[in-house]
Parts: sequence; C-alpha cells; structure tokens
Amino acid sequence: MAIDLARFHQAFFEEGFERVDAMEQGLLQLEGGANNAETVNDIFRAAHSIKGGAATFGFTAVAEFTHHVETLLDSIRNGSRGVDDALVSLLLRSSDQVRALLTAARDGGQADAELSARLQHELQQALHPDSSDADSAIPVPDEVSHAVAGSQAAPGEAGWRIRFAPHADLFASGNDPLRIFGALAELGRLDVVARHPGDLPGFSSLDPVQCLTAWDLVLHGSSSLDSVREMFAWVEDECDLQIEPLRAATVAEPSAKVVPIHAPAAAASAAPASAATAPANAAKSRAHADSSIRVSTDKIDGLINLVGELVITQASLTQYTQGLDPLVHERLLAAVQQLEHTARLLQESVMSTRMLPIDSVFSRFPRMVHDLAARLDKQVKLQTIGEGTELDKSVIERIGDPLTHLVRNCIDHGIESPQDRSAAGKPAHGTLTLTAAHQGGQIVIEVIDDGRGLSRSRIIAKARSNGLAISDNASDAEVFNLIFAPGFSTASEVTDVSGRGVGMDVVRRNIEQLGGEVELKSVEGSGTTVRIRLPLTLAIIDGMFIDVGGETFVVPLNGVIESLQPLPEQIKRVAGQGMVLKVRDEYMPMISAHDLYRVPGAAKPPHQAIAVVLEAEGCKLALLVDELIGQQQAVIKSLEAHYRRVFGVAGATILGDGRVALIVDVTEVVRNCGRALAA
Amino acid sequence: MSNRILAVDDSTSMRQMVTFTLSSAGFDVTEAEDGVVALSLARKQKFDLVLADVNMPNMDGLTLVRELRGLSEYKFTPLLMLTTESTPEKKLEGKAAGATGWMVKPFVPEQLISTIKRVIG
Repeated sequence: MAIDLARFHQAFFEEGFERVDAMEQGLLQLEGGANNAETVNDIFRAAHSIKGGAATFGFTAVAEFTHHVETLLDSIRNGSRGVDDALVSLLLRSSDQVRALLTAARDGGQADAELSARLQHELQQALHPDSSDADSAIPVPDEVSHAVAGSQAAPGEAGWRIRFAPHADLFASGNDPLRIFGALAELGRLDVVARHPGDLPGFSSLDPVQCLTAWDLVLHGSSSLDSVREMFAWVEDECDLQIEPLRAATVAEPSAKVVPIHAPAAAASAAPASAATAPANAAKSRAHADSSIRVSTDKIDGLINLVGELVITQASLTQYTQGLDPLVHERLLAAVQQLEHTARLLQESVMSTRMLPIDSVFSRFPRMVHDLAARLDKQVKLQTIGEGTELDKSVIERIGDPLTHLVRNCIDHGIESPQDRSAAGKPAHGTLTLTAAHQGGQIVIEVIDDGRGLSRSRIIAKARSNGLAISDNASDAEVFNLIFAPGFSTASEVTDVSGRGVGMDVVRRNIEQLGGEVELKSVEGSGTTVRIRLPLTLAIIDGMFIDVGGETFVVPLNGVIESLQPLPEQIKRVAGQGMVLKVRDEYMPMISAHDLYRVPGAAKPPHQAIAVVLEAEGCKLALLVDELIGQQQAVIKSLEAHYRRVFGVAGATILGDGRVALIVDVTEVVRNCGRALAA
Repeated sequence: MSNRILAVDDSTSMRQMVTFTLSSAGFDVTEAEDGVVALSLARKQKFDLVLADVNMPNMDGLTLVRELRGLSEYKFTPLLMLTTESTPEKKLEGKAAGATGWMVKPFVPEQLISTIKRVIG
C-alpha cells in the first residue's frame, strides 16, 4: 500500500510556521540572558518538531538546517552552553532562515543556500568554538534499505543459530517472545526449542508473569545478521542473546522437540487477550481528544452569510406576523418569538467562531521592537496587556499595519536615546505598552510610550509653516489632531524607520475604514498614548435607519454625531455652492440626501427635513433626510460583489420586508461633499 | 475486531500521518496531542498499543510511558516511543521508563505498518 505523504503537507506547513513563531517568541524571552529552563525547552521542542516533520515529509533542506539549530538548542537545554545576546541573535537569524526554507519548500522555490551554509557554520562554531565543521547530517527515510532488509546475506550462510534467554521481567516491558519469533519466521523457516532452567521455583511460588524459559532458535535462509539483530533490538538489554552463523555443512537437527512457527499463526496468537473493552467509547473519546479543528475561513464566511440570510428571513417573518390576532395565532406567534431568540443566539455563536485573540497581531511586535531598538541604539522594553482579547478576523487582519506604524513611530520619534533619558531623570530603557480590552461593544487598543511626548509648540509652528490655521489657544486635542493631517511631520530628520511621519493620516484612514476611531493624548516629556476604538465585527453594524423619498437608507451609527430639525435661521445659502448649517456657532456644509443619491420626488424644504450631522476624518457634514425611522442592527452585504461600486454607498442590507436598503459611506460622503463645499 | 491504537504526538501533521497510515492498515486509531490527554483517554478505555512521541508539552512521552506502565491494565501492553533520537541513551531512557520499544523518526508509512503489525497483528 503506497501512502502519498503530500496529503499531510498543508498541516505540516501550517504547524511549521506556528512553531517558527513560537521559537522566535521564546528566543525574545531569552534575551538579556535570562535562562529560563522552560522557555529553552519550548524553543528546543519547536525546532525538534519542525525537524522531525520535515524529515518525515521529505523536506530535506528544512530538516538538515533545523537539525543544526536543534543541536545547539539541545546544548543550551542540557546546560553545556550558556546564553548570551549574540547567541540569541544567531538563533533569531536562524529561525528566520527556517521560515525562509519552509516558505521555499511550500512554494516550490529556492531559499538562499549560501545563507543556510553560513548560518550553519556559525551554529557549529557556537557549539564547538574550536572545531571545524563537523558532519552531523541526519538520516532521512530510506525505503529501499528497509524493503530489502533480510534478503541480503553473505553467500554460503544457511542461516543463524540463536540462543535467546530473556530476563525474568521481560513481559513487564510489554515485550513477548512469541511476537519476536513470529517476526523472525517472516525471514525464513524457524525452528524453536524451548529450554527451562533447572532451578524452576515450586508451583506455589511460581510467578506466572515472569519469563523463566529460554529458547534455542534456528533460522534457515539467507537473512542478514542485521535483520536478525533488529528483531531483538527492543529486548537486547533484557536478555542474553547469542547469534551464530549456521554453516550449510553443520546444520544439525535439533535434538529436542521442535515447534514450527508460521508467521500468520504467530501473529494471530500474539493478539493480546485484553482487547475486549467496550468499543462504544471509542467515538466519544476521539471527539474528546480533538478539542479543536482547523476550518477554512471560506466555510465560516459561508456560514455567517447563511446566518445573515436566516436573520433577515426571521425578521420578515416577525414583521408579517405582527398584525395577526395574538389570541387566534398564539402558538404561531410563540414559535416566531422562539425563532427570533434562537436566530440571535445562532448569530452570536457563529460570529464568535471568527473571533481571534489579538495576540496574533501583538506577537509580531517583540521581534520588531527588538530589531528597531537595536538599529536605533535605544533600549525599549515591550509590555503587552490583554493579548487574549478577541476580535473579528477581518479586523485583526487589517489592524496590523496601522499598529505597526504606531509602534514604529513610538520607537523612532517617541522614545529617546538612553543618554537623553538618563539626562531627563528617566530610566535608560523606555517602555512601550500595548493594551487591548473590551469596552462596551467596542475594542479599545492603546499604544503607550513613556518617551518625550508631543511638543505642542513644535506642532503649532509646523502647522503654520504648512499653511494650516491654528490658534495659540487651541485645545491640546485640536493641536494633536494636526499630526493626522496628510503630509504632516515634526520630525526634524527623515529616518528610514518611520520616514517623515507621513502615514499618521494613513493610520487614521485605515482605522476609520474599519469603522473605528483614533485619539491621541500626550504630555510633553513624559509620553504619548494613542487610543484606537474598533467595532467588534465588520459584518454587522449598528445603524440609524432613515427615510429619503420613501426609500430607506442606513447610516452607520458611529459616523453620526446628532440629528436635529434645523430652524430657518440656522440655514445659510452660499451663492453657487449650496447650503451651510450653523450648529452652535459652528458652520458645516449641508447636502440633501435626495440630491446625493438622486432619489426621485421632491425633497422637503430644509427646515421641515431632519439634518443628520455626520463626522469623518475630523470634518462634519449635515445630511438632510425626510425622516428618522429608528436604530437597529444591520447585516452588511457587499454591493460591489453583486452589482458595482456606487459613490457614497458602503454596502447594502436587506430589510425585514425584503427590500434592500443602502448603507451610507460616511467617510466618502463627508470627504467629497463636505470638503468641496467647505473649500 | 480491529486492534485499538492510541497515537500521541503534539505535531498535528505527524498525528495525521500516523492515524491515516494505521487506519488504512485496518487499525482503530485514537489521537492525543500530549501525555496528559493520552493518559486520561487510556484510563477510560483500554488500548492494545500506545505509540507516543518523546518531546511533548504538558507531559512528555517518557513520563506518559512510566505512568501507563504503572496502571494495571497496561502492565503488559506494548508501549512504543516515537523518537528522532537514535542515540543509545534515549532508547535506554525509554526502556527504563517501561517502553516496549521504539520507532525512529523519520520513517515511511510502510515501516510504521510493518513495525506495528509485528507487535500486534
């Protein structure tokens, strides 16, 4: 039977990459010389496992390289070699190479063989500082030698005479002479003669689980000595064993009683008698053992989509049954209510399968912080808090880049050099803290540093030189908000780490695209805190449902500041540029949803309509709508996937009565309509 | 009734490979990802053979074998170690813990089947 190992490759690679990440995390913990036995052991085990899997599945390059890493780790583990930063750095570079080799193996590409060789050399030097490269290749599976084992023997040999005297406790290791004889009988005809020692104990003191018999065996045929020895490999320390060649001329008939052993019979009788336990438990136990499974995200997304449909159908059912007489249709109404309850639970539990701990994002930072700090000659200690906090996979995937940018900024611009810090009376090493927590229906992520903080005066000066108007009396929040403006930077020098500071605007845009918001607090001289608020999921939003000419639209609630019925004196018309609305001394552009979405029918006069004040990217816009319907959750459906991209529309949702309602893209509407009018 | 095997390895891919191989050969295989899980499964149900990796988190293979050998139902059961160390010390450690024998990684599926069949037909 040939088994194609390729079917296990995907699992091997997934696990391989996880193990490399684990190695890396462990190595970062070792930094600074803390030699924690448990951590070293974890790193060793990860390397060991990668090597074992790679060798088994035939990825020789991965196996060979990892073997060198493992050997060095083993010497650290057993205490024969200490840990220093240079060694950790070498092991970190080596784990990068393991990752590169895995990637190459997965994608059928080529990893940098020269780098492998160089690292391999360094690893060996670290292990044996005085020696040249020792050869320590690892074995790879050798089908051929195994398959032909037993068929090679020196000519002229007719077989082997074997004297096998097991120690009395042989059975206690789970071994059984009968099984060995059965295996030997597969190599050739086997004669077995049992001997028992003269000093057998009396019957009353006989221990039935002791092996008190010895055997003389004659194996006929041309098997090799190695193949015969192999049969006894497991018991060689638990027996006296002599194996002598049997010359053709000296084959003698055994004098005592001969018991011929045939392989099938022996195998059958070797089946343990204790195998009779209830088989019904098997399925249950297996389910217990597999406490988690890997499922492709496509399947989960499909499930979420179906649940979304179900919730919509359930909502229409609820709507249709609302007018029914509760006395006549009592049971139907009860069932509909039960359905609503169950559908909500189902939705929550399906959504939770997409939730991942934020650790998968945070875990990339220790390495990054380490490398960056080293490059900038700074000392930075990274702390993470709340890494178990869960959020939607799609949010996780898209929060990585903005967070990376913030962390880079902190180390590059925020945290000072050790000299500056000492001069300012701070500890030489800066502390960068990443926290994540649930707060209400949101996730709050904070990036906190104890660096130099933002300089109010420099930001104001820079803003003015960029032509941005800002008053000296502006609040800190307004001043700090300026650094989110496109192209804004106060860093006097351009560094290759975080560039000119361009990108804070991108950070904010990325976060707003996720339906989140970002705010900044800073005290000059003692540090900066960036706080990001994100929705738990992108698949469902809290929406304000509005009516425009009989059509329903949904405005995501996190983009709504307030809604009001404007008084005529609050509305000003600017010649050729539309309307502005004055709300408490603040002017903002105002646009009619009728015009924006070209809804047929006449719009109400502005002072009879409702103005919904939207905010995005720090700008406000009033959207005139006919009526507010109410707030409820909406399952977002992509419009692009089913139709095409439409300006000012973020997606669609299906209403309880089956109609489609468009979801307003607040950022896009504010950016395009608001700025154009405001300019 | 097919013989029941408990395959213990913290590596998912290795477990999949062992399970698939031995199931194809007609064995009834149950998986466990570490010694702790294996021990609790083995206490609930008697397996005819246990195949355990050496290096595992929570409880390693040597400890598992030692614990199993201490249970009366497993006093004479074949307990095999799956090991990449082919060095004599490792094998001796396994034997001292009560292992019946070992299977050296890497191996091809056919080797695994022939070894297991040699122990339990």
